Amino acid sequence: MSTQQQEPETQEAPEDPEMKGAQSPQDRRLAEKESGAIDEESEKKAELEGETVHIKVFRYDPEVEGKQEPRFDDFHVPFEKGMTVLDAVIYARDEYDSSLTFRHSCRQAVCGSDAFFINGKQRLACKTQLSELEQPVRIEPLPHQEVVKDLVVDMGHFYDQMHAVEPYFQDEDTPEVSDLEEQHQSPENREKIKMSSRCIWCGACMSSCNIAAGDNQYLGPAAINKAYKFAMDDRESEEIKEHRLRILEQEHGVWRCQTQFSCTEVCPKDIPLTEHIQELKREAVKKNLKFW
Amino acid sequence: MSQSYNRGLVEDFGRWKEFTAGMWAWIFHKFTGWMLIGYLFTHIAVLSTAIGAAGDTAAIQAETDIYTTTIQGLEELFIVRVLEVGLLAVAVFHILNGLRLLMVDLGIGLEAQDKSFYASLILTGVITVASVPTFMKGVGF
Repeated sequence: MSTQQQEPETQEAPEDPEMKGAQSPQDRRLAEKESGAIDEESEKKAELEGETVHIKVFRYDPEVEGKQEPRFDDFHVPFEKGMTVLDAVIYARDEYDSSLTFRHSCRQAVCGSDAFFINGKQRLACKTQLSELEQPVRIEPLPHQEVVKDLVVDMGHFYDQMHAVEPYFQDEDTPEVSDLEEQHQSPENREKIKMSSRCIWCGACMSSCNIAAGDNQYLGPAAINKAYKFAMDDRESEEIKEHRLRILEQEHGVWRCQTQFSCTEVCPKDIPLTEHIQELKREAVKKNLKFW
Repeated sequence: MSQSYNRGLVEDFGRWKEFTAGMWAWIFHKFTGWMLIGYLFTHIAVLSTAIGAAGDTAAIQAETDIYTTTIQGLEELFIVRVLEVGLLAVAVFHILNGLRLLMVDLGIGLEAQDKSFYASLILTGVITVASVPTFMKGVGF
């Protein structure tokens, strides 16, 4: 009886791969287990029939003997319209190699976990369309960060730099209760810091920066942009702005930027990072040079 | 994390084909800057060998003093003429890109930074080519 029930399912799977999504994951796994060989074969057939994308993924794992020497693994992933790089690596992990490791969460360019080095450029995998890329698509972990495993890099240093600029609103004076209980920002001021507030901490800019690569103490574009957001906020007092500029104008602060525009090129949120860094440079000069 | 893998600097200059305009501008600016510093010291070294010409008015009038003969001797060499064209190209690019960086520092036209880099490259090329007849006078032109 049970074999009779299973049979139509395994035959359906190759013909209509989308049907598999409609089943519950457990059903699918059961079906796969019971007809492993048939399923694999039919999957290969489906793959050959449809359009596939060729991705080359960086592999490294210090804990597995065969992966201690970094290498590239090839995957041929069935292509669907609108498929992103993240979709492709998720497919490769789910269908081919469950040990493939990478960070991802929201899949909509908000969480900032899946910045990879794709075809020689730092990009957000969930925001990058496969159709826009040349094949084979090379997917590597972010440069200038230590690789922990496969596409996962150690973000510790990046976060340290982000925290170094005190990325939180600080003001001694809270507005008087009778006056306003909220700290309102003028629409003009909001416009000014709007772009800088879009940062999702993905680390693409820091990874692309040639200066940050050679100078570990350099704050990096993301941290300086974060500082810009608060330094340009009118609601903070002058003293706090000066305090922020004192942090930024140090040797490894804004002056390390040599305007290569690499960060601005790669930022997935289109933040004009170089512009912000340059503005902070001018602010720092203005603070120290007062002829009036 | 017990172990991690550092890929070093391979991905920097090994990937020069993927560099963007701003990166090329930075590299060229550094390169031309060092070339100009190198030229400055060569210039000082060469001219200081001719200090002995000072004061000898008769020789200067007759154009047989050590300064004039040094310069004439150098200008006769084809390679020196070529190097002069190169020096002009390097200096012009450094000046034009320097102006571009000045604008960047002032926050003017940051959206067009790549275009201004290409413009300075093209302008450098035009000025260099236009200078060739002047520099190469007497040695094949």
